[in-house]
Amino acid sequence: MTTALELHQVSKVYDSGPTEVHALSRVDLSVERGELVAVMGPSGSGKSTLLTIAGSLEEATSGQVLVDGVDLGTVSRSDRARMRRRSIGYVFQDFNLLPGLTAVENVTLPLELDGVSAKVVRATGLEALEELDVGEHADHYPDELSGGERQRVAIARAIVGERGLLLADEPTGALDSVNGEGVMRLLRAATQRGVAGVVVTHEAQLASWADRVVFLRDGHVVDQTVAPPGPESLLAAADRR
Amino acid sequence: MSVPHALLALLSEGPKYGLRLQNEFESRTGQVWPLNVGQVYTTLQRLERDGLVEADGEGERSRKRYRITSAGDEELAGWLRTPPELVPPPRDELVIKVLVALQVPGIDVHEIMQAHRRHVIEVMQRYTRIKAEAAEDDVPLALVADAELFRLEAIVRWLDAADVRLKQRPPIAPPPPAAALLEPTPETEVSQ
Repeated sequence: MTTALELHQVSKVYDSGPTEVHALSRVDLSVERGELVAVMGPSGSGKSTLLTIAGSLEEATSGQVLVDGVDLGTVSRSDRARMRRRSIGYVFQDFNLLPGLTAVENVTLPLELDGVSAKVVRATGLEALEELDVGEHADHYPDELSGGERQRVAIARAIVGERGLLLADEPTGALDSVNGEGVMRLLRAATQRGVAGVVVTHEAQLASWADRVVFLRDGHVVDQTVAPPGPESLLAAADRR
Repeated sequence: MSVPHALLALLSEGPKYGLRLQNEFESRTGQVWPLNVGQVYTTLQRLERDGLVEADGEGERSRKRYRITSAGDEELAGWLRTPPELVPPPRDELVIKVLVALQVPGIDVHEIMQAHRRHVIEVMQRYTRIKAEAAEDDVPLALVADAELFRLEAIVRWLDAADVRLKQRPPIAPPPPAAALLEPTPETEVSQ
């Protein structure tokens, strides 16, 4: 496995008038390709800040952030923008699809911005939509899709092309628990195909789809799960009862 | 899990041998509740004694085929509609641990709660793994795993709420003088 995301001693301080808010304090985290990590914590624990810094949407006050081995602090602003378009995929709570674009146009927007040819762009976009079982909706607009289908399109946009890092902030939004589980299955499948995934959530059931759960509290990583033994250990426990 | 009623339900589909009942019970509960064949036959004997099932034809004890009786049908229909016992056990061990942690000097109650939260989520990860590795159309297994996951999630939510409550708890104030509690308020005077 190769490390897709590394955070070394990352801190983020917001200067709000007379008081400073320490959103993150000396956070260390590394996520390998093929691994899905969930970040849990109460409101205000810094989990969304962690995600925006990992995705280079925001800069750390101190510390080092490496995406695919590249230190975000050492590259130019335009190179960072290119990394955001090529290497990092985002899934947001409210899907963030552009209403005036079809499903496939939404998915391929980052590639088009990156100057990839129109023919290649459409083929790549269709492939991503097929992978998420919404290929038949490629030319539909977001308002013609159900909530679950919209979220599949949003995930397709996050994995299209050669992205190695998938970042998701409460990605199941307002979906019911069974459809929410569907989203987690898709994220898990994407990571098993070799992408590194980080999911921020406050829901234990969603977090339990991850290979590892990291707990944040007041900007600090306070704990994490150890790799669970196989499910057969539960059956053995039931047998003893 | 009521094994007798589960067996009655399986027999309501038609007469079956004990071994088949064991296999069907396990496959329909997603293999989460293992059942040995000895338990199956002991249960069948009790059901036969109570007139809820009857042996169908010849055969030794271990090879008998059983069918449900009309009394068995009635028992099953009644059981399906009877609400399960929802009153919790009088003392929840985790609640007691947290309450005790609040009293013990030098103990960080948040750290104690986090240790339990991590443990519960690790168990949840194992149930989720069962779901993830099962066929997506294995509905019985998903139902069993969901039931455990929702129960465990409730514990995590209780821990999360407890964390917030403990953060917000006001500093301990001295108790009010006893006389103040005994003085009648204007409302109580009016109602009297």
